[in-house]
Amino acid sequence: MSTQVSTNRQSAPRGSTTPTDQGRPERPRPLTTAQATTLVAEREILTQVRSRSFIISTLITVVLIFGGIVAAQLVGGSGFGGGDTPSVAVVDGVPTDAYEAAADAGALTPQDVPDRAAAEELLRDGDVDAALVPSAQAPGGFVVLGLDSEPGSVVTALTVAPQVELLEPQTTSDGLRYLVALAFGLVFMISALGSGSMIMQNTITEKQSRIVEILLAAVPARALLAGKILGNSVIGVGNAVVMAAAAALGLVVTGQTELLDMLTAPMVWFVVFFVFGFVLVASIFAAGASLVSRQEDAGSVMTPAMMLIMIPYFGVAFFGTNATVMTVLSYVPFSAPVAMPTRLFFGDAVWWEPLASLAILVLCTLAVVAVAARIYTGSLLRTGARVKVRDALRGE
Amino acid sequence: MLQISEVTKSFGQRRVLTDVSFDVARGRLTGFVGGNGAGKTTTMRIVLGVLHADSGTVSLDGHAIGGEDLRGVGYMPEERGLYPKMTVLDQLVYLARLHGIDKAGATRRADALLDRLGLAERRKDALESLSLGNQQRVQIAAALVHDPDVLILDEPFSGLDPLAVDEVVTVVAEHAARGIPVLFSSHQLDVVERLCDDVVVIAGGAIRARGTREELRERYAGDRWRMTATTDAGWVRTVPGVRVEELAGVAVTFGAPEAAAQEVLRGAVERGGVTAFAPVRPTLGEIFRDVVVDHARSEKETAA
Repeated sequence: MSTQVSTNRQSAPRGSTTPTDQGRPERPRPLTTAQATTLVAEREILTQVRSRSFIISTLITVVLIFGGIVAAQLVGGSGFGGGDTPSVAVVDGVPTDAYEAAADAGALTPQDVPDRAAAEELLRDGDVDAALVPSAQAPGGFVVLGLDSEPGSVVTALTVAPQVELLEPQTTSDGLRYLVALAFGLVFMISALGSGSMIMQNTITEKQSRIVEILLAAVPARALLAGKILGNSVIGVGNAVVMAAAAALGLVVTGQTELLDMLTAPMVWFVVFFVFGFVLVASIFAAGASLVSRQEDAGSVMTPAMMLIMIPYFGVAFFGTNATVMTVLSYVPFSAPVAMPTRLFFGDAVWWEPLASLAILVLCTLAVVAVAARIYTGSLLRTGARVKVRDALRGE
Repeated sequence: MLQISEVTKSFGQRRVLTDVSFDVARGRLTGFVGGNGAGKTTTMRIVLGVLHADSGTVSLDGHAIGGEDLRGVGYMPEERGLYPKMTVLDQLVYLARLHGIDKAGATRRADALLDRLGLAERRKDALESLSLGNQQRVQIAAALVHDPDVLILDEPFSGLDPLAVDEVVTVVAEHAARGIPVLFSSHQLDVVERLCDDVVVIAGGAIRARGTREELRERYAGDRWRMTATTDAGWVRTVPGVRVEELAGVAVTFGAPEAAAQEVLRGAVERGGVTAFAPVRPTLGEIFRDVVVDHARSEKETAA
């Protein structure tokens, strides 16, 4: 029935039409995977950054963090010794030139006491923030007495850098420990959840609308995946940086600079861990999303991915003060980005520990990215029912 | 020339394509017609390399179609959809750039195409804010924006009003005139018949007919005739070898070999006179009516 028809194969194009291009232009060189990745990432970033919901939610986050810190300072008073002019008990015999200039400048309020015992009593009662005690051995002829932490604002106000003695030296308080862990966890969770669900949504949209078939005709699947991870990681990390900046600004404005000084080194670690932890989460979300074809089915793959993000948060929230659990959490790839910086923050980790934990995280991330790429490539063009992971890995 | 030869494909136990072979010539519009579930989309996706055939080959100008060729394909999937929230211009530029065209060139082409398709004023609007017909034009623009070397359009005209169909056909025909193979599927035979140079008919996963529009009509016209005489034509029934299909007074439609038909004509002239006598040239729609309504499996199921 199907006879070959070849009589007018070479016939001229229809006369009724005019060609747009005389002489077909050379096909442009294909993009390299890196170029394609960048282009995909660029689209991911631009479309999100331009969207109104993104701008609004970022603004709200910034206002909440900044406002929260400022409000806490206003309500809670001088939580970390900032704000008000510190009052200082001065024991008889301290050379007046040691503190006179600072007192005149309004940087501290001196209060004369007869002896060290009286000064210590005031200090323990919380009536003064620090005490100056005469000491023959110390440079300047006196030492600064603090209760449980160095009275930073007093020390910096004095002309001569003094020796500091603490009455009740203490490791960092459990309350602070809890707060810092919670803060790390919260930043990671918010950023990861935000970007993770964005990756998921975009992947499903592309699959549902079949635009992925058009995209795959132009660029390889791994470039699509890499671009998605890259773009959303840039947004996620950028978001975290904005949050950190808002927090830092809040601390500076309220004068709580000591806390900020303590945070810097673990912060760097946090950023490093965050980046890898983020790629890990992003790959899982992308691979998960590529298994379903409709937004309505997203829940079935979204839930396990969400769990992986919630674990570190609840882990440090519930066990932040339990050294054993925290040590374990700081090596588990999913919770390491939160737990390890927290341990570093309190000096609980030996120098090689973050490196070891980072190595585990990086290896795990590489492995997950490789598997995710297989799943993504294998299931991107399958529509209909949810693709089984095993089928996606097998490819056909 | 795009050549599909002996392509067979099964999804699990279900055979969806059986020895599908046809050519898509350069510079001509080839219509690919079949009912829902006939295998049009599956065939197209195999040509695109999105699906792999169990056996059979797809070749372009004699060599197996591969990576570089596929990049040159302009494709419009049946499920419409680009990025709903992206602006019309942005997505066209993005798609062109993915094909390696630089940003300035991509913008220029996208603008020119939108102009041609009457969408110049909507270029800064989000796709989802456009009417369905306009979204479809954008979809067609997306298939054309990188000046494809092969054009494959899956149901490009469904949902378009007749005026829009003509507009789109003009643009697509211009691309065909550059000398590229153009294949488009449709379940609307009348549209295909009006617009296409070549026609391929598929049903139940097998090619039922292929050829130029005229050839097919000729071949499947059958020996049917229509005559209008001046006197009652009831006697035609009695002529040997004649099968009367319709009789209404002086008008009769009948099937008969040419000799018998001449016999009828002579008889009619003897009985008074003939005002009209002609072979019946059915439209493709009439010929293949059964082809496009049968096999009503859902396309979704086939594609899964």
